[in-house]
Amino acid sequence: MTTRIGVVTFPGSLDDRDAQRAIRIAGAEPVALWHKDKDLKQVDAVVLPGGFSYGDYLRAGAISRFSPVMETLIDQAKAGLPVLGICNGFQILAETHLLPGAMLRNNHLHFICREQKLRVENAATAWTSDYEAGQEILIPLKNADGRYTADEYTLDKLEAEGRVAFRYLTDGPDADGYGNPNGSLRNIAGITNEAGNVVGLMPHPEHAVESLTGGGTDGLPFFTSIIKKLVSA
Amino acid sequence: MSRTPLDTVEHAAGTPDVEQPWAELGLSKDEYARIREILGRRPTGAELAMYSVMWSEHCSYKSSKVHLRQFGEKAPQSEAMLVGIGENAGVVDVGQGYAVTFKVESHNHPSYVEPYQGAATGVGGIVRDIIAMGARPVAVVDPLRFGAADHPDTRRVLPGVVAGISGYGNCLGLPNIGGEVVFDACYQGNPLVNAGAIGVMRHEDIHLAKASGAGNKVILYGARTGGDGIGGASILASETFDDAKPSKRPAVQVGDPFQEKLLIECTLEAFQEKLVVGIQDLGAAGLSCATSELASNGSGGMRVELDDVPLRDSTLSPEEILMSESQERMCAVVEPSKVDRFLEICEKWDVIATVIGEVTDGDRLEIYWHGGKIVDVDPRTVAHEGPVYDRPYARPDWQDALQADDAAKLPRPENADELRAQVLQLVGSPNQASKSWITSQYDHLVQGNTVLARTEGDSGMIRVDEETGLGVAIATDGNGRYAKLDPYTGAQLALAEAYRNVAATGAKPLAVSDCLNFGSPEDPAVMWQFVEAVRGLADGCLQLGTPVTGGNVSLYNQTGTAAIHPTPVVAVLGVIDDVARRTPVAFREEGQLIYLLGDTEPEFGGSAWSQVVHDHLGGLPPKVDLERERLLGEILISASRDGMVDAAHDLSDGGLIQAVVESSLEGGVGARLVVPDGLDAFTFLFSESAGRAVVSVPRSEELRFTDMCGARGLPATRIGVVDGDAVELQGEFTLPLAELREAHQGVIEGLLA
Repeated sequence: MTTRIGVVTFPGSLDDRDAQRAIRIAGAEPVALWHKDKDLKQVDAVVLPGGFSYGDYLRAGAISRFSPVMETLIDQAKAGLPVLGICNGFQILAETHLLPGAMLRNNHLHFICREQKLRVENAATAWTSDYEAGQEILIPLKNADGRYTADEYTLDKLEAEGRVAFRYLTDGPDADGYGNPNGSLRNIAGITNEAGNVVGLMPHPEHAVESLTGGGTDGLPFFTSIIKKLVSA
Repeated sequence: MSRTPLDTVEHAAGTPDVEQPWAELGLSKDEYARIREILGRRPTGAELAMYSVMWSEHCSYKSSKVHLRQFGEKAPQSEAMLVGIGENAGVVDVGQGYAVTFKVESHNHPSYVEPYQGAATGVGGIVRDIIAMGARPVAVVDPLRFGAADHPDTRRVLPGVVAGISGYGNCLGLPNIGGEVVFDACYQGNPLVNAGAIGVMRHEDIHLAKASGAGNKVILYGARTGGDGIGGASILASETFDDAKPSKRPAVQVGDPFQEKLLIECTLEAFQEKLVVGIQDLGAAGLSCATSELASNGSGGMRVELDDVPLRDSTLSPEEILMSESQERMCAVVEPSKVDRFLEICEKWDVIATVIGEVTDGDRLEIYWHGGKIVDVDPRTVAHEGPVYDRPYARPDWQDALQADDAAKLPRPENADELRAQVLQLVGSPNQASKSWITSQYDHLVQGNTVLARTEGDSGMIRVDEETGLGVAIATDGNGRYAKLDPYTGAQLALAEAYRNVAATGAKPLAVSDCLNFGSPEDPAVMWQFVEAVRGLADGCLQLGTPVTGGNVSLYNQTGTAAIHPTPVVAVLGVIDDVARRTPVAFREEGQLIYLLGDTEPEFGGSAWSQVVHDHLGGLPPKVDLERERLLGEILISASRDGMVDAAHDLSDGGLIQAVVESSLEGGVGARLVVPDGLDAFTFLFSESAGRAVVSVPRSEELRFTDMCGARGLPATRIGVVDGDAVELQGEFTLPLAELREAHQGVIEGLLA
C-alpha cells in the first residue's frame, strides 16, 4: 500500500503544492487537507507547509493554530502521528506548543531568501533517519520571522536531550550558504519533540528535491525517511 | 443638519446651471463641455466623477493613444498571438495547449509618495490583471529606477519599495524571477517602480472583460470598499459638508496581500468550474472603470445598485464609492444559475461577495443610489471614447549638442594599472554591482518551478509543464541613457537587449510588453522623445517578428521642468521546449573556451564606463542591427538545444568585462582573456556595441559550434579560456576573484545602511 502523507492548506499557505510535489517525488501519495476540516483522511503523516497563513497577522501561526484541522492534529501528534512543520508550519507548531520556543522577526529585519548550509544534528527522528548525524546539507531558506528563540532552560534542555535537529553552519563563506541567517539562538534551524515524531524547521526541504529547480536534492531524505519508517512500521 | 438633495439624473436635468468642480477633478473646459454634449445635460456628481477618472491620462491614454496605434498597425504576423492589445493583458500561445499572459505596469508616482504601499499595490494590481485573463499567475518581475545611489532620499525610497514588493509579493506565493535596478540622478524625485507578471492557462480558459447576456449577474467580490485611493472625489463629497465624516484619507492605496491571495485562489476555483462569463479587476478608477469597461465591451447594458456595495466606511458618498481605489477587489459576470455556486466558493475562501447588479438588454450603464438614478450613460463614452490629443512635439534644441559631445573624446586609461583600476571601479559602481541585497528579499523559489532567477541567467525562467519540461522565459530591459541620446535607437536597444537576454538562456522570443516611462507630454521635447521611442519600438517589433501584446504608459515623471531620461522598459517573453536545456550565465568547467559573438566597435556613448569613470552622457548610443540580433538569437537557441555551449551571457551595459566578471563570479571560476586582433584592450573591455554575447564552449563542441557560426555568418572570436581563480587579461592585468567579489558585493547595502 502506498504511504499517504497529508498536506494542510490554510488560507495563505503558499508552499502546499510544493510539499505535495516533494512527497510525490519521494514515492508517496500526497493528500490535500483543508484547514476547516477536522478529518485527517486517515493519512500516515502530515506536513504543515510554508507560507503566510492568515497573512501572518497578529503573529505568524497564531491564528492557524486554532483551525479545526489542528484540533485533530494536535491530539494525533501527541499519540505519535508524524508531523513535519516547514517554515510557517514550524511557526504553527510552536504556537500549539507541540514544539517549544518561538520565532521572532529576523535580526536584520528583512525577509531573506537564500541557499543555507545546515548540519543534521539528530538523524534519529521520523523525518531525518535517511541522513547521517553530523551530515552537512544545503537547503533553501526564506522567511521574515525565522529567529528561533527560547529561554535558557529550554535551550539547555533541548541540547541535553539531543532535540536540536538542525543547526545553521557558520564557519564558511556567506556566498556558499554559511552563516546564521536570522539571529537564531545557538544557531538552531530546527527541533524535534521528545518522541521524535514532530519536527519543525525554518528552511524548506521541499524546495530541494529536484536539481533543476532547487539547486540540489539535499531535502529529499526528509520525505524518504518518513516513507521508510512508515513502510517498515 | 441639512443635506443637499441627491444629485440624480432627473435633478441634473432640471438644474443645468449648477456650478460643478470639473477643473478640480482634472478635466479641461473643453472636456467638461464635451461631457455635457454627450449627455445632453449637465452630468450628475456621480457621472462627473466617473468621466473625470476615466478620462484621466492614466486611464484614457489620451496623449499617447494616437502613437500607440502603431503597435497594432505595424504588428508582425504572429501565429502566437491569441489575444492582443486592449484586454487586461495580451495572451500568447506557447504550445502544448498552453497560453501565457504577461504585462508590465507602472506604479511610479505612488511609490515616491509612499514607497512601501506604492510598490506593494503595484504588484497587487498587475497580478489581478493576470487573473482577470483567466490565468494562474506564475511569476513576477520588477524593473526599478532610483535616484543617485548615494542620495539621502534614495535611502528612504529604495528600502521602502523593496520591502513593499517583498512584503506583498512574497505573501502571494509568486516567485520573483527578474527585473532590474538602475540608479541615475534623473530619477531623483521620480523613481520608476514598474511591476510585471506572467500567468499560465490552457487555451480554452481565456476569460475576457465582457458583460454579456441580459439577466446575468454582476458580482463584486474581495475587500470591502473604503475611502482609500480617492483622488478628486473628496472635492465632490465636500459639497455636503458633514463633520461626522472621516477626513484626510490617504491618496495612496493600502494593500492587503492576504486578501489578494484569497482572491487569486477563489477566482481560479471559479474559473475551473466554468462559472464566469466575464471578469474585470478593480484597479485605477475602481468601480467606475470596472462597470464601464465590462458594459462597454459586452453586448448589452448594465444596471448597478450602488447601495449593495459592501463598505468599510458607511459615510462614503456615491461619488467616492465609484472612485475608490480600495485594493483586492474584482468584478465578475455570472449566469443566474451559477451565482449560488460562485458565492459558495467565495465563502469557502472567506471572501466577501455581493451581487451588485445585472446585465440588461439596453445599451446604457445605469447606477442607482437610495432609489434614485445617479448615472445614466453610454458606457463607451466613459471607457473608450474619451478625448484624444495629438500633442505638439519637437526635437529639443539641445539634442544636437548632446549628440555632438562624443564619449570617444573622453580620456582613456593610459596603462595597464589604470585599466585594471577602472575595471574594479566599474564592477563596483552601484549600477554594475551585485543586487543581491535586494533580490535576497524576494522569494524566487515558491511554486517549485523556477529554473533561472536572480543572476543565474540573462532571463528568468519558469517551468510550465512538469512532464514535458515546457517553459517560458522573461527579460526586462531599458537604458534611459541610450534613450536620452536617441530615443528611437534607445527604444530599439531596449528591445534588442531583452530579446538577446531571452535567447541567451535558450528560449525563443515570442512577444513583447512595454512600460513607457516619460516626463510631461505637455512639453514638446518630452513628447518628441515619446513619439520617437514608440516609433522605434514598433518598427523594431515588426522587424524581429515579436508583436507588442500590451503595455502601459506613465507620463508626467518629472519635477518642475526636469524630466526623467526617456525610459522605455521592454519585456520580452520567450518559450523553451525543455527547461533542462536552459543556458545559465555561470562559467563552470575549467578548460572550456570563451567565444565572443558579434562585432565590437568603439562605441562608448551612454556607456557605463563613460558614466562611472567620467560622469559623462553624450554622443550617440550603440548602433542597432536587428537582423544581427535575430541571427545571434538563433545561434544561441540552437547552441542551447544541441548542447554546444555551457554558459552564455549577453553584453550590454559595462561591456565585455562586466559580462565576464559576472559569469566568473557566478560560477566561482576565473577566465584568461586575450585581446583579439584588430582591437585595443580598452575597446575590447568597455565597448557597448549591441548584438553581442560571450559563451563558454566545451572543447569537444568547438568545431561544431564554430562551423555553425561560420555557416550562418555570425562572427565568433575565441577570446580566452575558463581557468583559475582570477580574471586575467593577458599582458595587462590579473584580478583575483576574491578582489572582484569584494568590489562587486556589499556596494548597495553599504550605501543604504
